[in-house]
Amino acid sequence: MAAHWLSPSLNRLLFAVKYSSFQSRCCAGHCYAHYSTVSSPSEKTFDKILIANRGEIACRVIKTCRKMGIQTVAVHSDVDSSAVHVKMADEAVCVGPAPTNKSYLNMDAIMEAVRATGAQAVHPGYGFLSENKEFAKRLAAENVAFIGPDTHAIMAMGDKIESKLIAKAAAVNTIPGYDGVVKTAEEAVTISQQIGYPVMIKASAGGGGKGMRIAWNDNETREGFRFSSQEAASSFGDDRLLIEKFIDNPRHIEIQVLADKHGNALWLNERECSIQRRNQKVVEEAPSTFLDPETRRAMGEQAVKLAKAVQYSSAGTVEFLVDSKKNFYFLEMNTRLQVEHPITECITGLDLVEQMIRVAKGYHLKYKQEDIPINGWAIESRVYAEDPYKSFGLPSVGRLSQYQEPLNLSNVRVDSGIQEGSDISIYYDPMISKLVTYGATRAEALSKMEDALDNYVIRGVTHNIALLREIITHPRFISGDITTNFLPEVYPEGFTGLQLGADSRRELLACAAALHITAQLRSQRLLGDLRVSSAPVELSRWDLVVELEEGKHSVEVTKSANVYTVEVDGEQVEVSGLWNLASPLLPLSINGTHRMLQCLSRDASGRIDLQYKGTSFKIRVLSKLAAQLNSYMPEKVPEDTSSLLRSPMPGTVVAVSVKPGDTVAEGQEICVIEAMKMQNSLTAARGAKVKSVHCKAGETVGEGDLLVELE
Amino acid sequence: MAALSVARRSCGLLNGFRTSFRSLTPVKHGAVAAAMPQTSLYRDCRWYSVSHLSVKERIDKKRSAALLGGGQQRIDAQHKKGKLTARERVELLLDPESFVESDMFVEHRCSDFGMEQDRNKFAGDSVVTGHGRINGRLVYVFSQDFTVFGGSLSGAHAQKICKIMDQAMMVGAPVIGLNDSGGARIQEGVESLAGYADIFLRNVMASGVVPQISLIMGPCAGGAVYSPALTDFTFMVKDTSYLFITGPDVVKSVTNEDVTQEELGGAKTHTTVSGVAHRAFEDDVEALLNMREFFNFLPLSNLDPAPIRECHDSSNRLVHSLDTIVPFETTKAYDMLDIIHAIVDESDFFEIMPNYAKNIVVGFARMNGRTVGIVGNQPKVASGCLDINSSVKGARFVRFCDAFNIPIITFVDVPGFLPGTAQEYGGIIRHGAKLLYAFAEATVPKITIITRKAYGGAYDVMSSKHLRGDMNYAWPTAEVAVMGAKGAVQIIFRGKENQAEAEAEYVEKFANPFPAAVRGFVDDIIEPATTRKKICRDLEVLASKKQKNPWKKHANIPL
Repeated sequence: MAAHWLSPSLNRLLFAVKYSSFQSRCCAGHCYAHYSTVSSPSEKTFDKILIANRGEIACRVIKTCRKMGIQTVAVHSDVDSSAVHVKMADEAVCVGPAPTNKSYLNMDAIMEAVRATGAQAVHPGYGFLSENKEFAKRLAAENVAFIGPDTHAIMAMGDKIESKLIAKAAAVNTIPGYDGVVKTAEEAVTISQQIGYPVMIKASAGGGGKGMRIAWNDNETREGFRFSSQEAASSFGDDRLLIEKFIDNPRHIEIQVLADKHGNALWLNERECSIQRRNQKVVEEAPSTFLDPETRRAMGEQAVKLAKAVQYSSAGTVEFLVDSKKNFYFLEMNTRLQVEHPITECITGLDLVEQMIRVAKGYHLKYKQEDIPINGWAIESRVYAEDPYKSFGLPSVGRLSQYQEPLNLSNVRVDSGIQEGSDISIYYDPMISKLVTYGATRAEALSKMEDALDNYVIRGVTHNIALLREIITHPRFISGDITTNFLPEVYPEGFTGLQLGADSRRELLACAAALHITAQLRSQRLLGDLRVSSAPVELSRWDLVVELEEGKHSVEVTKSANVYTVEVDGEQVEVSGLWNLASPLLPLSINGTHRMLQCLSRDASGRIDLQYKGTSFKIRVLSKLAAQLNSYMPEKVPEDTSSLLRSPMPGTVVAVSVKPGDTVAEGQEICVIEAMKMQNSLTAARGAKVKSVHCKAGETVGEGDLLVELE
Repeated sequence: MAALSVARRSCGLLNGFRTSFRSLTPVKHGAVAAAMPQTSLYRDCRWYSVSHLSVKERIDKKRSAALLGGGQQRIDAQHKKGKLTARERVELLLDPESFVESDMFVEHRCSDFGMEQDRNKFAGDSVVTGHGRINGRLVYVFSQDFTVFGGSLSGAHAQKICKIMDQAMMVGAPVIGLNDSGGARIQEGVESLAGYADIFLRNVMASGVVPQISLIMGPCAGGAVYSPALTDFTFMVKDTSYLFITGPDVVKSVTNEDVTQEELGGAKTHTTVSGVAHRAFEDDVEALLNMREFFNFLPLSNLDPAPIRECHDSSNRLVHSLDTIVPFETTKAYDMLDIIHAIVDESDFFEIMPNYAKNIVVGFARMNGRTVGIVGNQPKVASGCLDINSSVKGARFVRFCDAFNIPIITFVDVPGFLPGTAQEYGGIIRHGAKLLYAFAEATVPKITIITRKAYGGAYDVMSSKHLRGDMNYAWPTAEVAVMGAKGAVQIIFRGKENQAEAEAEYVEKFANPFPAAVRGFVDDIIEPATTRKKICRDLEVLASKKQKNPWKKHANIPL
């Protein structure tokens, strides 16, 4: 292992030995988690930890606890009683009904669970109570360790206004803006004008993109103020807002810091998190292609300075906006374990959860800054249950009828808290998993990510694999030319999935045709003794018509053994594979190139849905005869929907702004739906009179439910 | 049968048929109907008496005439309506080049109303019959030809159908009828009616001997509807097929109801309201391709075991998603179809009557390649209770499976029979008894899985151990009891102060699988994930099951 970051001291040599064992596990191809938990048995730690969270992060924490020999307690809401984190933990306590404010945010119930189980420490994960100073205080009062920073650091950094002041004082670069709480919409407008548009309005207590709006003029400021304060109130119970200069075309790069209670702090390199939609991250990587060692060090050092300024302990993240000239501005500090922490673990080999637990127990950091490597490249894709074709991702709900993570591949790590049969409900974040791939180079990690996405089987809910795969294979992304505006810039008309070129179209048509013939041939294979003998059709050539999107293609198929030769529009494609009709995955060799397709559905009338390079395509394969006869079949006209406003996602109606008889203009707000804590304004598709209203505020609606009918 | 002609006249769809009437008026000597390309057929004289053609040539002419049915114009009219011709349908339904036609030279024998003229004779008359193969397996088919006299049923037409039905029964192969007919051939009068009755008799005789399937692809009105009604399965094509005893005009004149054809007897009506049809498809092509798929589930006759197709899905597959499918709260619904799709081979489930009496789910699937019939209560609809419609739906399906050696797998989550005057007045006692009867008399392998509730009489009905269930399993979430805790407590502990405590006691005692398991009423309590594996193994063992009911002329199911 010729790792360049090794220095000759004995201390570091020891580290290198540990790290190389991790490396070799990776090479063996069965490495599940790309970090090594290196707890020494002599180091006394907690006996029992309660994890005040759910989903993947609860599972993530439990895994490290297990390795460290610590007992775990899960808390859960009633609907989560058979969730994975509950099954993984040694003990589980139900803390209330499904809504988060009655369960995972229910401090009384969680405190009671801590007492009842005798947990000595609480890991809060991210979200929920992770940055809640009140919770940290209450734990401290009962002498229970909070695995995270001290209350004063949470308080200082949790408040965006105060954190900016502290950062300024610590000589950390900050964004020009208004340092104070904005109370009314008009005040917001005045301040915005002073700073100069565009401005960003955000919840003082917020994070994760919630309660955040960008305004380019006075009207948008007023609207943004209203939305953000509502969202802030419902998400954080704190409707205070602040306004700052919005930096156009920035990159979002953050520094992971790790500090102990003895004044030691390290920066564990950066994470590039520029690929975002609605201010929520989608694809992250470490390191960033953009940073040179000097900028990295400068950012790292400022991050550490800030951490030290607030006597930070535990793991934390300092977020920066970086402009095209590599100027960086402090954005905020997240005083918790970040969602995207796995990529840092991959390139540094550290187990951040383990480090947090050690720090909480009061131990010194074992490492020095020069011990921290950048080893290889890691990419994280956030796999969400959402429809990427609707504003890059509107939440979807459902039951994972089939679910298979691509763990058969080497150098792939999947952090998830669900399994086959789990429900993705409207109550919680729609994240299915974090898919992390790792490689010696960025290209290696990216190519692994392609494979991993192609091998990921998710059925029963709409997911964003198509978007993720398009992002990571986009030339701009590959070249590293990304900003936080990547998605709207690359897909100005919205995401439309993979656009097929002539070659890929041919490949796809050939695969569908071959699959169709496989199924047809199998239909003739009956086992057992037959009273009336069977007379299977023994063809060696099939003439088919394959319909894809708007096109109809004449396709000719011949078969020998498992190899199909498919002639599509005059060109030959050779497709071979195992052709298992029960498997969701179709490992095929197309003209000698290995490609993993997925069969999403197949029906008797020749309709095949195939997932090809992440995007699903609706294909219909018919025999030549059937296709010819099909041309006589009438087109069925779908219902006219321009006058119907349907709910694009399941959620709760927050407000209905119209009543029957009202006249609405095109683009005018009709109602607001809240789903997964995001408020979405639904507007009129055209100017019209409102005929009837089918929903009222407070009601729960499903996807596709009729909300308002226009005349 | 008088209604037949009335219905036809009132039926706007039958324009083509009326056209054929009009052409019956005597045509002058030498006149040639423009629509008919085979001019030689339309000479007023009998062509064979003066023909200079050789027998060979005459055969060829007849054959090519038969292939055109009622002529190109009517074929075009048929296509314009979004319908295929009788021959196109047969060609699409059967394996390529497998169709062996019979009676291509048969003509009608009517000599009244000018029918005896050559121009009113069509080789093969208004139906195409024969046998062929679907995925290599033998099947008999008749396909009514709307382009010839609107597909109306003449004596010859009926005779052709009867011929293939007789042969199908002798050979032991299913019959598929593709119906597209205006009704009786009025010119033939009672001969046409006799023809219907001949078919009805054969439908009844073939019932339980070979599977009979009707696919309604056009009008089917008046007495004609009883042939599909007697067959095992009736499928329809949306927007182009109708089934009714009398058309909208007669309905208006008799009951003063305003109703459209579609509302009265369209696919939607019969698949959702009346339960006459078992499923509807978007168009002819979809319907025929689906018939091929459906046919593959069925044995050829009552002498054949359920077919076994090559299977790529492991019989040992554990289905972990089932471990969490039954919700914690007993009042919360879940989708029984999720369980079925997860368990059966390749999630391939051909549901029968998916939109009618949705509180019970029935359909065909395969387990390790072998066809099985699946019956399941659907907690998502009306809590999965049994009512009149669901009992009848389930009973008919169970009897089909039993008649044709198809093992029955029953998933039970039933809170009981639906109470209320509507149900009692409607005869739930009589109709509920049908399902009970069907399960009890069935001698095919019967495997039952209680997923959650099995309450009261409905527990007995749903293929319980007491009705000769071969393997009866309970999931850990099963509750086999006379009724739910609340109701039971109100009766057992009437007047007792602490009802909540009593309820808890009842739940502890009865809301679990133990009371049934300790008595041997369930054979085992199994982990849901292992359900597929267990069923596949049981089916292997039960394949040689032999069970006979006492000899009887026929049983007397409470109709």
